[in-house]
Amino acid sequence: MVPEPFEIVVKRRDTTDTWTFELEPRSGEPLQFAAGQFTMLSAGGAGEVPISISGDPDRPERLVHTVRAVGLATRAICDADPGRVLGVRGPFGTAWPVDEVRGMDVVIGAGGIGLAPLRPALMSLLARREGYGRLVLMYGGRSPDQLLYPDELADWADRGFEVLVTVDSAGPEWLGHVGVVTRLVRRAELDWTATAAMLCGPEVMMRFMVAALVDQGAQGENIYASMERNMQCGIGHCGHCQLGPTLVCRDGPVYCWSELAPWLAIREL
Amino acid sequence: MDGVHVIERNDFDALLDALTRRGYAIVGPTVRDQAIVYDEIASSADLPAGWTDEQEAGHYRLRRREDEALFGYAVGPHSWKQYQLPAEVKLWRARVDQDGGLSNVTEPPRESPRYAFLGARSCELHAVGILDRVLLGGSHPDPADAGRTKDLFIVAVQCGEAGGTCFCVSMKTGPVAERGFDLALTEVLEEHRHYFVVEVGSERGADVLADVPHGEAVEEDRTAAGAVHARTASQMGRELDVTEIKELLYRNYDHPRWEEVAERCLTCGNCTMVCPTCFCTTVEDVTDLAGEHVERHQRWDSCFTVDYSGIHDGAVRGSAKSRYRQWMTHKLATWHDQFGTSGCVGCGRCITWCPVGIDLTEEAAAIRESEEGPK
Ligand SMILES: Cc1cc2nc3c(=O)[nH]c(=O)nc-3n(C[C@H](O)[C@H](O)[C@H](O)COP(=O)(O)OP(=O)(O)OC[C@H]3O[C@@H](n4cnc5c(N)ncnc54)[C@H](O)[C@@H]3O)c2cc1C
Ligand code: SF4
Ligand code: SF4
Ligand code: FES
Repeated sequence: MVPEPFEIVVKRRDTTDTWTFELEPRSGEPLQFAAGQFTMLSAGGAGEVPISISGDPDRPERLVHTVRAVGLATRAICDADPGRVLGVRGPFGTAWPVDEVRGMDVVIGAGGIGLAPLRPALMSLLARREGYGRLVLMYGGRSPDQLLYPDELADWADRGFEVLVTVDSAGPEWLGHVGVVTRLVRRAELDWTATAAMLCGPEVMMRFMVAALVDQGAQGENIYASMERNMQCGIGHCGHCQLGPTLVCRDGPVYCWSELAPWLAIREL
Repeated sequence: MDGVHVIERNDFDALLDALTRRGYAIVGPTVRDQAIVYDEIASSADLPAGWTDEQEAGHYRLRRREDEALFGYAVGPHSWKQYQLPAEVKLWRARVDQDGGLSNVTEPPRESPRYAFLGARSCELHAVGILDRVLLGGSHPDPADAGRTKDLFIVAVQCGEAGGTCFCVSMKTGPVAERGFDLALTEVLEEHRHYFVVEVGSERGADVLADVPHGEAVEEDRTAAGAVHARTASQMGRELDVTEIKELLYRNYDHPRWEEVAERCLTCGNCTMVCPTCFCTTVEDVTDLAGEHVERHQRWDSCFTVDYSGIHDGAVRGSAKSRYRQWMTHKLATWHDQFGTSGCVGCGRCITWCPVGIDLTEEAAAIRESEEGPK
């Protein structure tokens, strides 16, 4: 339960409330991880919270996290500057099925901060670009200035991702889509029965996204989602992350939708 | 290891001495604040001789027995959980540097005594096993958890009478402990004789017994012990039909009964505190006044609080209904999928210690009856 010390070497502001950190382990031992996994991250004595790894799994020398300041623990992390040491435990949890969906078209569906946990999957897919059919990113943000990784979005588009971005609201200078991310599903003409989807965002957004995908003909067993629940330990001991018969820290956060769907139909599960 | 033996009541303290000599810290039942609780035991004078407990839904009272039985009660509000997973544990301590970073992160020394649990019931042995499975059986066992019950010595006591809220027979966890102990005692009280029939469950148990005056059990002793076991099994205060109970509850997440029980439930969490298998914990960082040191503490938590399921945009389980349902379905259904065993051993504590007398056996039966008709 004792966290490992990792030093902040780079801190980059993404949006008004979100920062990306590159961390180096004091031990010199890189943290090997699979796309989709998370760590339990803490700054000082302000609590420990689950944060997905947002870096490239092929380059684990630096641990990358993108954190949105929403409360006590995340604000303390976002207040930390380069040179500061953060506490890290992990990596924990299940991974995006990057290898399993080889040969298929792949939709990455992200809402808000949900792009961060998907970034490692995106990078892995691009690194093995020839192994997949069409790659489509559908990304919804609140407004243009709240979009994560704007430079990378362009780079991903250059390297073979169809990048579709939509925002809830925008000024006249925004030339992209306005509206909910589910609208993008209808726009993309894919061979839906042979398409896999990986989703992360607010739970309602994922529910609507799944409904739209299934409506187009996508199969529940090809849809994966990363779930959020309260987490106190990350290692299956504290009980907080229960989602029906599963523990999100152990059996998730990445789930196959067809296994989850009956449980998510129950209110306040 | 074979054979059944007898220790007379007058020699009972020799058993405690033998354990003490081997370096065990003996914890067992004692009377405090009008309840039988677990604490360190120095001699048989600390045991609840002549006391029994009267238990019903929302009701617990000590009563004098007509004899001087040492173990003539069922179970109290404590369980061995408090030694496996103490209510509060210091995880680590660190210095807070000028810039707010932490250094010198150290774990507290693991200096748990070697415990001997005296008086563990069959259901409790099952509970100890279930908790071990949760804490140590996954892919991230915590050495601190493992250390606390390493070399545990267990003196089980076969129940001489069932409590009013017991249902171990339904859960197949009792009343007779068949394994998982070093020694198991059946207390027999006859008009002119008070003795214990002893089964040996391990080499260590045999070694301890060798140090205690004892005799071989004769046919009558075995019969007397058998009669105690049979009597207890026939006295269960409660019953729970566990036939496909997981499937039953999985089908009934929207049952109106959850609303009804929620109208009575105070969401106080008593049931989770007294349950020998409820393992939920939360962590809190505690800073000293000068702000120079911080400690991370882990303490028992309860799924009955709103914060338990809180994520930054609100609680997943806001209503009392969803929280009671979470607790009961966890104990009886989802635990099977999560850990490959039931989360309930039928000890009845949650029924006894619920201030409004909510009874999970009654709740499960109501749901079953709505599908199958009354039994
Ligand atoms: C698997 C997973 C991956 C995540 N990945 C990211 C990510 O990459 N980037 C990101 O910005 N956010 C991520 N989150 C969300 C992030 O963990 C929460 O925003 C954070 O826990 C909020 O804590 P807080 O103390 O700042 O907020 P507060 O609102 O102050 O929290 C209040 C209290 O609730 C508790 N709490 C609130 N949410 C959670 C939670 N999810 N788990 C445990 N306790 C909680 C805190 O412990 C605190 O005591 C992820 C969550 C999960 C489960
Ligand atoms: S749920 Fe109740 S009866 Fe079952 S083990 Fe826990 S306290 Fe005992
Ligand atoms: S069931 Fe009883 S003991 Fe449990 S939370 Fe409700 S009122 Fe409290
Ligand atoms: S976070 Fe503690 S059990 Fe999953």
